[in-house]
Amino acid sequence: MSEAASQAAAQAAVRVEPAPTLDNALAVGPVGRLDPRAKLVVVFAYSLLMALAYSPLMAALGVLLGLGLVAWARLGWKVFLSRLVAVNLFTAFLWLFLPWQLSLGQGAWDLSLAYNPDGLSLALLVTLKANAIFLALLALLGSSPVNDIFHALAHLKVPSKLVTMFLLFYRYLHVMRQEYQRLRQAMQVRGFQPGSNLHTYKTYAQLTGILLVRSLDRSERVYQAMLCRGFGGTFWLLDHFSWRRADTGFCLVSGLVLLVLALLQWSGISWN
Amino acid sequence: MHISEGVLSGPVLAGGAVISAAGLALGLRSIDYDKLPRVALLSAVFFVASLIHLPVGPSSIHLVLNGLVGLILGWAAFPALFVGLVLQAVLFQFGGLTVLGVNTATMALPAVLGYYLFAPLLRRDGKTAPVVAAFAAGFCAIFFSAVLTGLSLYFSGEAFLGAAWAIVAANFPGMILEGLITAVAVMFLRKVKPELLGMRPRVE
Repeated sequence: MSEAASQAAAQAAVRVEPAPTLDNALAVGPVGRLDPRAKLVVVFAYSLLMALAYSPLMAALGVLLGLGLVAWARLGWKVFLSRLVAVNLFTAFLWLFLPWQLSLGQGAWDLSLAYNPDGLSLALLVTLKANAIFLALLALLGSSPVNDIFHALAHLKVPSKLVTMFLLFYRYLHVMRQEYQRLRQAMQVRGFQPGSNLHTYKTYAQLTGILLVRSLDRSERVYQAMLCRGFGGTFWLLDHFSWRRADTGFCLVSGLVLLVLALLQWSGISWN
Repeated sequence: MHISEGVLSGPVLAGGAVISAAGLALGLRSIDYDKLPRVALLSAVFFVASLIHLPVGPSSIHLVLNGLVGLILGWAAFPALFVGLVLQAVLFQFGGLTVLGVNTATMALPAVLGYYLFAPLLRRDGKTAPVVAAFAAGFCAIFFSAVLTGLSLYFSGEAFLGAAWAIVAANFPGMILEGLITAVAVMFLRKVKPELLGMRPRVE
């Protein structure tokens, strides 16, 4: 049997799990063309402001702004909806628990439950805030390739050792993932069926062990290759961004919006 | 086990950021430049392993492995877990930028604690001490992470008390599973690559 034919046979025998790509697509819209440094600064300031917001109206404004950004970034519905669900699993969990006041009695296990209407409004506030920040993150960070964001961090003076680690981590994440998928496929070919049993857990533990051993061996070769190319503690960056007028405009407008929001929040206007 | 954005109060977020910044500084200082690729690649494996979902009854649990991270990396667990959390925020918008500090601290502090408490026992001769220590490291890492997550919720508002208890309770199967996985993985590494656990390499 030719190699291609045997490969095809192996693939037919094993159902290969579809693996989501571990990178962001560059957004087609104008947001994709913005400088990642500008996006990082704005999204950080926005997250901070929203995290400290305490009025539901402010958080609702944040959600509207976030929705606008997502629409502007044109990332596609599929990505948007699947991540929206993932983020709101945690808030749904809070909706389950927050409306009930749990109070501790005398003994450690002496708990009592009572309905707490304040908890309900807290759940609403938290959900709005979480979604407002998620939407902005999706629109601004989800629209740049991961490597661009890490490079932008370096240009924003994040310590170089940390950035070097980010870049190496991200580069070899894909390699180690492929390694994992190859091993996983080999296990499936040999009839491995995961289930809730000790055999499954032992097998996965050993799989993790093998991956660790291989990554250690590979890291030595990687370091030697880096030494060959003159690595002496400085990891030279190749991406340098060019700041455009649109980036300045984006920063100015965002700064203005954030300032207005902050003033509204802390100027003592009653929201209720 | 991480908290999403918008839930925690300002002081808790700030506290988490300070603890993580200190841990990151210590962790990065503990990594020499010649060990940087090693820590980065090990972090990559831990990230890949955390994407694995293990079947548990009708549901499934994904691995965290912060116990194993701590046993192998010590203080470098802080940067190792931090890069993973940053990538999750950038890729899936899971967790975010302002909660990075709290989420890193809740996962990395128990890892470092396990390093001091249990890593020396792994190098003992015989089987019992290493197996028990590794299981305890995996178990305690998840337990303390759940407790710290619960506490950061509770310190953000007393209304979160019920949710905090629920998080600790819900993570109980995970604690046992992680203990088991950590124990088997450690015994595997002792045989195959003892230097990962700070032991002398095997002489062929």
